[in-house]
Amino acid sequence: MKPRHKRFALIIGALAVLGTAAALVLSAFEENLVFFFTPSQVVSGEAPKNRAFRIGGMVKEGSVQRDGVSVRFVVTDTANDVPVTYTGILPDLFREGKGVVAQGKLDDSGKAFSASEVLAKHDENYMPPEAQHALDKAAVEKASKTLK
Amino acid sequence: MINWFKFSAPSTFYPLAGKLIPIFWTLAALFAAVGLYIGFFVAPTDAQQGEGYRIIFIHVPASWMSMFIYCVMAFWALMGLTFQTRLSGMMSSALAPTGALFAFLSLWTGALWGKPMWGTWWVWDARLTSELILFFLYLGYMALHAAIDDPRRADRAGAVLSLVGVVNVPIIYFSVTWWNTLHQGASVSLTKSPSMASTMLWGMLLMALAFWAYTIAVALMRARSIMLEREGNTEWVKHLPDVKEAV
Repeated sequence: MKPRHKRFALIIGALAVLGTAAALVLSAFEENLVFFFTPSQVVSGEAPKNRAFRIGGMVKEGSVQRDGVSVRFVVTDTANDVPVTYTGILPDLFREGKGVVAQGKLDDSGKAFSASEVLAKHDENYMPPEAQHALDKAAVEKASKTLK
Repeated sequence: MINWFKFSAPSTFYPLAGKLIPIFWTLAALFAAVGLYIGFFVAPTDAQQGEGYRIIFIHVPASWMSMFIYCVMAFWALMGLTFQTRLSGMMSSALAPTGALFAFLSLWTGALWGKPMWGTWWVWDARLTSELILFFLYLGYMALHAAIDDPRRADRAGAVLSLVGVVNVPIIYFSVTWWNTLHQGASVSLTKSPSMASTMLWGMLLMALAFWAYTIAVALMRARSIMLEREGNTEWVKHLPDVKEAV
């Protein structure tokens, strides 16, 4: 083996070890790296009880009720729902049927969530308004067909 | 077969780089002009975000470049440590400031977009945090390289740092799929068709090409001055036409 082949093999070996170490560390920290809990995790009791955490999901269609600057809505992941109350200014992208991440605590009953901060989560879709209208129309037509 | 080692000698690389620099400057200017025109005048308004989404024409290419440049630095580091060529360390240190610039641009434009769209400038989610670490890795590389006086030793220390740091690049890229993050998933990837209107995509790709050409142009310019700085008293530098004229 020439010295440079040896050096190359050593570096690649060291990188492989380092990569494995990083993968192990990351998988060990997996739970702490989670930015938010889903409604299903909250319902099944995986979310912390007595301290603040974030809940993330979709704002359920038709669930937003405004009362001045206070707002109530339901966060859903289609399987489970968690009702949320919040007082403050909502971001521009906060909409029904769109992603949301709220920081706060569960109330004493452990069922409802009171948020101190609400962030909108954008999805990876970028499209012009006409395309959005076409999609909405298609969804409505599909729904009316299934009703018939 | 091309003898690549011939080009790793600064004396052959220097004039070659000199010829390439104006070509890449021209490419960068052309791509940026068309890309920005598409971005501002052709691409449609986004249905959800309105005009604010247009930051992606800078944000996404800058983020791509910040990751890509780090990979190129790691490649040069591997070459430098394996073959002990002088050029490798010069290329790494020539690329680092541009990489840091793009990492900063990515974080900064992301914050400007995040405030109106998400409702916050910054969150400590996996994507944002790992990109911040990348920015610090660039700064760390430059600081380490500047702190060691002997250039060959500085190159070796920097090479080790950039190889260790390269572990972070896949973490940044896959952070949005591995963990729940506030940052959205990739709109453009190799495994699925892009989830954005095609004119938006074209604008973004052209801007990425512009950044890519810009990076090559400035890195070659920086590499040339590093060569003159380090090899100022060698014969090939003394025989350069520019140097002869100046004397």
